[in-house]
Amino acid sequence: MVRPTKAYIAGVYEHPTRKAIDKTIPQLHAELAAGALADAGLTKDDVDGFFCDGTGPGLGGISMAEYIGLDLKYTDCTETGGSSYIVHVGHAAQAIADGKCSVALISLAGRPRAEGLKTLGARTYGGPPEAGFEMPYGPAVVNTYAMAAMRHMHEFGTTSEQLAWIKVAASHHAQHNEHAVLRAVVTVEDVVNSPMIADPLHRLDCCVISDGGGALVMVSPEIAKSLGNRSVKVLGQGEAIKHLNAGQVDLTYTAGVTSGRIAFEEANLTPADMDYASIYDSFTITVLITLEDLGFCARGEGGKFVSDGNLISGIGKLPFNTDGGGLCNNHPSNRGSMTKVIEAVRQLRGEAHPAVQVPDCTLALAHGTGGQIGTRSGSATVILGRNDA
Amino acid sequence: MSQMERTYLDPDINMETTVYWESAKNGKLLVKTCKACGKLHYYPRTICPHCLSSDTDWVEASGKGTIYTYSVMRRTETPYVIAYVTLEEGVTMLSNIVECDVDDVAVGQTVEVVFRDTEGGHSLPVFRPA
Repeated sequence: MVRPTKAYIAGVYEHPTRKAIDKTIPQLHAELAAGALADAGLTKDDVDGFFCDGTGPGLGGISMAEYIGLDLKYTDCTETGGSSYIVHVGHAAQAIADGKCSVALISLAGRPRAEGLKTLGARTYGGPPEAGFEMPYGPAVVNTYAMAAMRHMHEFGTTSEQLAWIKVAASHHAQHNEHAVLRAVVTVEDVVNSPMIADPLHRLDCCVISDGGGALVMVSPEIAKSLGNRSVKVLGQGEAIKHLNAGQVDLTYTAGVTSGRIAFEEANLTPADMDYASIYDSFTITVLITLEDLGFCARGEGGKFVSDGNLISGIGKLPFNTDGGGLCNNHPSNRGSMTKVIEAVRQLRGEAHPAVQVPDCTLALAHGTGGQIGTRSGSATVILGRNDA
Repeated sequence: MSQMERTYLDPDINMETTVYWESAKNGKLLVKTCKACGKLHYYPRTICPHCLSSDTDWVEASGKGTIYTYSVMRRTETPYVIAYVTLEEGVTMLSNIVECDVDDVAVGQTVEVVFRDTEGGHSLPVFRPA
């Protein structure tokens, strides 16, 4: 049984900047709000719900709402790292269904590149309880993801060449995106011959670092109807977390196993129904493990699944990240799920670049991972449908 | 070639973990066990994450284990090996692998605990090939 659609995504906006030297974070939030509202055909004064992550400067989104000038009935600043925005999509859909708000703005902004922030872990004192048992050992973002990759290779025979295919596919898409940080098409050889950063991940297994952000406008079914047919349906959403489980460690899967199952169940759909997938791609291994977690292939089969161009639009069975993804296009604020939703919406509207547009794209998935799959992370999955789906 | 070692940062120590770090100075690696449910856990807490009992106690680990997974961090001044080591007792902890060629580390390798001074004079458990 298909449940009634709770809410629609009516507007999306990806900030064109990739290096915001001359903009503050609140300014970026306001520019994103203006862009997403214009795309939806709504104004600031229509917004009565606001969602941002825990990095929005100020107290729980209040300062951002004040800067933008929002008069709100509802706010939610759930923080699950890079997966936050797909969590927000689910929470906004429920808030709209419950009548708590009717036009929800979800915003992500950051400027790690302008601020020269390092992704190698900073010292944390008086911080989270695990810090004392981790920070002295030098965990960075890349080497914790690398440990997940190393274990996957050990258990399933996954190879660097298979991981490289994920970057190759992203680069095939990014060549058509004028805003992408990396537009050059690369080969498997280019990836495996790029410098080793943290074994077994090479430089080209890593995503870009960029500034900017993105925003979404979600609305009730009634408002969506009044705005024409560009809105896309939120058909199902799930979210879950995973951690080191008191020392019983298994890095071969993520909480995407749970978030995906919940989202597909709510939508009453399966992976085979998806015409397109946006998969968070902080590193190539993130995509490979996520595809297994979501059921696009069996556990351990991800390497085979991503090979030979299977993720390239027009060539493979599962076109993914047709904007070039975080691997080539944009990874604003080191958080990737916002741009994942935006490209999925473009695909369902038929507004992706013609070279990568999936013909008759009706059903799509977007998935985010937050934190680090080598330690603790949040996963969130949303299933979206075209207006007539 | 054996690896150069980097300077180890001090651990963040609080009232729940003082015993762990003081014991490390005496060359002992401790893990927590729960007298209520009998299960071990890592990292150590006062409250058992398996059953929420406060009846937890320290036990000394043998210091022997196997590498569950690892990575060599190359893009840094002094390359180092980060790893998850599964102790004989059954819990897995994040650590470093030292006293080895960084190119010779392998998943499944047996290792044993050794201790390194941190910059502020604390003692940090790391592992070397056994």
